[in-house]
Amino acid sequence: MSDAAPPATKTVEFDSHTINFGPQHPSAHGVLRLILEMDGEVIERADPHIGLLHRGTEKLIEYKSYLQALPYFDRLDYVSPMGCEHAFALATEKLLGIEAPERAQWIRVMFAELTRVLNHLLAVAHFALDCGAITPGLWGYEEREELLSFYEAASGARFHANYFRPGGVAKDLPDGLTDQIAAWAERFPKFIDDLEELLNGNRIWKQRVVDIGVISAEDALAWGFSGPSLRGSGVAWDLRRAQPYDKYAEVEFDVAVGQHGDCYDRYLVRMAEMRESVKIVKQCLAKMPAGPIKVQDNKITPPKRAEMKRSMEALIHHFKLYTEGYHVPAGSTYTAVEAPKGEFGVYLVADGSNRPYRCKIRPTGFAHLQAAEKLTKGHMLADMVAILGSLDIVFGEIDR
Amino acid sequence: MGSCSSRKKSAGQGRFYVADETTPADAELELVAALPGVLSARRDCGELVAVAARDSALALFTVLRDAHGFAQVMDICGVDYPERAARFDVVYNLLSVTRNARLRVIVQTDEATAVDSVSGLWPSAGWWEREVWDLFGVRFNGLADHRRILTDYGFEGHPLRKDFPLTGYVEVHYDTERKAVVYDKVQLTQEFRNFDFLSPWEGMTTLPGDEKARGDRR
Repeated sequence: MSDAAPPATKTVEFDSHTINFGPQHPSAHGVLRLILEMDGEVIERADPHIGLLHRGTEKLIEYKSYLQALPYFDRLDYVSPMGCEHAFALATEKLLGIEAPERAQWIRVMFAELTRVLNHLLAVAHFALDCGAITPGLWGYEEREELLSFYEAASGARFHANYFRPGGVAKDLPDGLTDQIAAWAERFPKFIDDLEELLNGNRIWKQRVVDIGVISAEDALAWGFSGPSLRGSGVAWDLRRAQPYDKYAEVEFDVAVGQHGDCYDRYLVRMAEMRESVKIVKQCLAKMPAGPIKVQDNKITPPKRAEMKRSMEALIHHFKLYTEGYHVPAGSTYTAVEAPKGEFGVYLVADGSNRPYRCKIRPTGFAHLQAAEKLTKGHMLADMVAILGSLDIVFGEIDR
Repeated sequence: MGSCSSRKKSAGQGRFYVADETTPADAELELVAALPGVLSARRDCGELVAVAARDSALALFTVLRDAHGFAQVMDICGVDYPERAARFDVVYNLLSVTRNARLRVIVQTDEATAVDSVSGLWPSAGWWEREVWDLFGVRFNGLADHRRILTDYGFEGHPLRKDFPLTGYVEVHYDTERKAVVYDKVQLTQEFRNFDFLSPWEGMTTLPGDEKARGDRR
């Protein structure tokens, strides 16, 4: 080619066009409808439409007694049911001015951590699946089964446990369960090793997630991030450490923190948190004393079944608790726990009657999903899926 | 609203020990009460609560964010008190990760008066305010995106108001003749049952039959 010839130019025009992602899309993590304005394959604008799973939980709770309101919390974040129950149980206890007995608090911490593993297994498995890795999904679900069997042994239900109650837990652990959990805690770190071996250095995985969806610590704070998503950006903030509840002040664990705030760091934080959870579960098993598992006050917690058959007073207590429920003194509280996905809060207003006057649920994913546009702008369409996976979104809690 | 009276006084030394509200040495409470725009401050279940004037709320939030480290607004929600003239509480739950502190700010408003949006201070406030608008019908000045968020497309009314019925007004079903999902007036096969379980010995202050005379039933 001679130097004098002008370079051949070709003008190509791209129309920006709009894509409707979801609500029936396997990577939408439920019923997310996302309106994406595209410039070619690059996302210009992302507008999440939520509320397709809105069931009016907050309104329903206003018509239920405190005890009847609890099962709704299992159905919020159905991937980590006990994490949500924990917030409501603590909020009600705070308003009542009671404190669960030692053993109940240890059981709750232990199951909160088992729930964290349960949640992170699914989060990582789905995240990997969204990016094309099938094996972590299969492995993760297999591991979850064992944890769900612990749920079933303790509460009688695999998912909707209804186990953490204001004033303690529903019932004591059955014989032999602690041994099973101890055996699991010995075995499980090996599984994390295997999973990390599969993903951590995997070239395809890293190409999909490293430097994707980066958010700085300042932005993450301003957008209301919490949990692994905030820690992935390098903010060492964990409510279990900063504002400990139940027995978290008495267990030792490390807070995993990322550096870059990208999808890969959020994944690494979750993996590290699973290891820490196993540590906490072991400490719970070692430190858990014998004793009552709920407040010994039959005005708040029901009497034993056997007692009910013989004592008139116990029968009356049982009847009153399951019809009228207990009266909660007027007051209000915002109680938050470090649920697996981040800060799960309950703003509970009591008016002195047997029903909550207002129960606002602060879902974790709501704030994360809100930043979808901030995170995805300028990324390719396929990265949207990776970013959603890394935020660990569940619509049961976002839509309430 | 009063404070949480401890039901069991013996449990008062536990984690949820509620400090006597007249305790003089509550420096945090005094600090909050002295902020410009704060009408009153109190402790509720040990948590700091400030009631702020609606007009100067935005200035107060700016001060709280910039000078007091409240970098996060974790939650904004509404509470409806239909018997009050300014019937809505807009509740802001602020969190400072640097000071490890929480503060609840309450701004009161009515159906007609808009509240200044804080979405310019905290971008995360945008959706929370949309939710308050959707569920309570409180308007926000300066909120860029004022669409509904949780309810259905084309929904009418604000469902978390106390005068909105639990069962709602409309329901959807699939109409086989029109081959479409249609809206209909809600039809209950059984009348909505709102049982009154309150004990006449401790829960109720009005005797049955006197409800109209007393105008309240609780």
